[in-house]
Amino acid sequence: MHDAVQAAANFINLDAVNMVYLFLVGFVGGLVSGFIGSGGAFVMTPAMMSMGVPGLVAVASNMCHKFPKALIGAIKRAKYGQVDIKLGIVLGISAEAGVLYGAHIQESIKKAFGDAGSNLYVSVAFVVILAVVGGFVLMDAWKTYKSGTTNDEEKATKIARWVQSVNIPGTMVYFKSLNARISVLFTIPLGFATGMLAATIAVGGFIGVPAMIYVLGAPSLMASASELVIAFVMGLGGSFKYAMHGLVDIRLAMIILAGSLFGIQLGAIGTTYVKPFIIKVVMGVIMVIVLFSRGLMVPVYLSQLGLIQTLGEGTVKVLKSTSFAIMIFALVLGAFIVLKAMWQGRKAERELATKEVLVR
Amino acid sequence: MPGYNENVKKKPYGKLIIMGIISIALYAELLLNQDVINNTFGKGGIYAFLPIIAAFVFSYFHGSFTGNFWTVMGIEAAKKKKEVK
Repeated sequence: MHDAVQAAANFINLDAVNMVYLFLVGFVGGLVSGFIGSGGAFVMTPAMMSMGVPGLVAVASNMCHKFPKALIGAIKRAKYGQVDIKLGIVLGISAEAGVLYGAHIQESIKKAFGDAGSNLYVSVAFVVILAVVGGFVLMDAWKTYKSGTTNDEEKATKIARWVQSVNIPGTMVYFKSLNARISVLFTIPLGFATGMLAATIAVGGFIGVPAMIYVLGAPSLMASASELVIAFVMGLGGSFKYAMHGLVDIRLAMIILAGSLFGIQLGAIGTTYVKPFIIKVVMGVIMVIVLFSRGLMVPVYLSQLGLIQTLGEGTVKVLKSTSFAIMIFALVLGAFIVLKAMWQGRKAERELATKEVLVR
Repeated sequence: MPGYNENVKKKPYGKLIIMGIISIALYAELLLNQDVINNTFGKGGIYAFLPIIAAFVFSYFHGSFTGNFWTVMGIEAAKKKKEVK
């Protein structure tokens, strides 16, 4: 109960400027999430913290806006036939376990090395994972673009074909997005990794979506839509855990939700207008830019831990603001690509409709 | 003009307005009573159900409102026809 009293005292005063700010960040984050399945959340936590919200309350409130947002997005995209609910739930449950384990690791690191140690771990995880996975996703999108096969049906990778060919009796489950039976012994570690990443950097989808595409062989559209189911399952469990400790500031969560529900609907609609490789482009671009944002913070934490020369206060401030600005830029650029692709898709559809009318 | 509107679906203005009013009422309730609500919702323990329930309620009404909002604005999913091979 002590936690709760302390947390309640930590709930900040909200003014109109802050509310508009949260609404707008929520909208852009929702737009990106509706399109690639996740990716908006990483900006919310630092955005709230920049308003003076304590770290844990920011994480908790972010999570409490994430699961209802993901639910609405998943329902919308299910209407377009893009969601594999079974795959989402199977991965979501193992992701939940990953979240708990990830949070446990975070706590141990914090105990042993303090806040700076924990921040360094988060940043290094960000940089390494985003460099490897983001680089791979972006390269793949680039290859598809260069080869002129953007209109072709996506082919499963070699790994995915192998995963789909392995038969382990008693563990096989049919998934419609893969149109194949695969062993849950493959999905469990992938879900677990998604959850661990979600607990560490707040965006599990950066592992979940590429894993579904490249390891399991799901089409990009279905992978990004099913990620919303995973985000719902994980977010619901996580929010409840934080709410038990009284850490959710429901006002922050609901104001972000107000903006993000406008965004997620638009992002979901956007997926019906674009070629699948655009999903990879948006995801890869955001991941690679965010990587630089987090990379800038590594020297700050290293200096706090005394591992390198202490940085001046001014330098730390510049690095922090630049890092935050790059993060916002990543999200806005992602949103811009989504809106542009959607605009072009709508234009093409209108032109086609006009032609059809003329032909008649 | 007969036949002019035959392909145009009726826009959900009624739903938009009803859901909009409920959403505004929910947000007004939340912001006008923020002290009481935050103190109760932040108690932890069994009170953890409150923010979860609130999130579902808000997402139902506001989600329906935002969905109808884009429909009324004329932004809807692509009407792709499957090509017959």
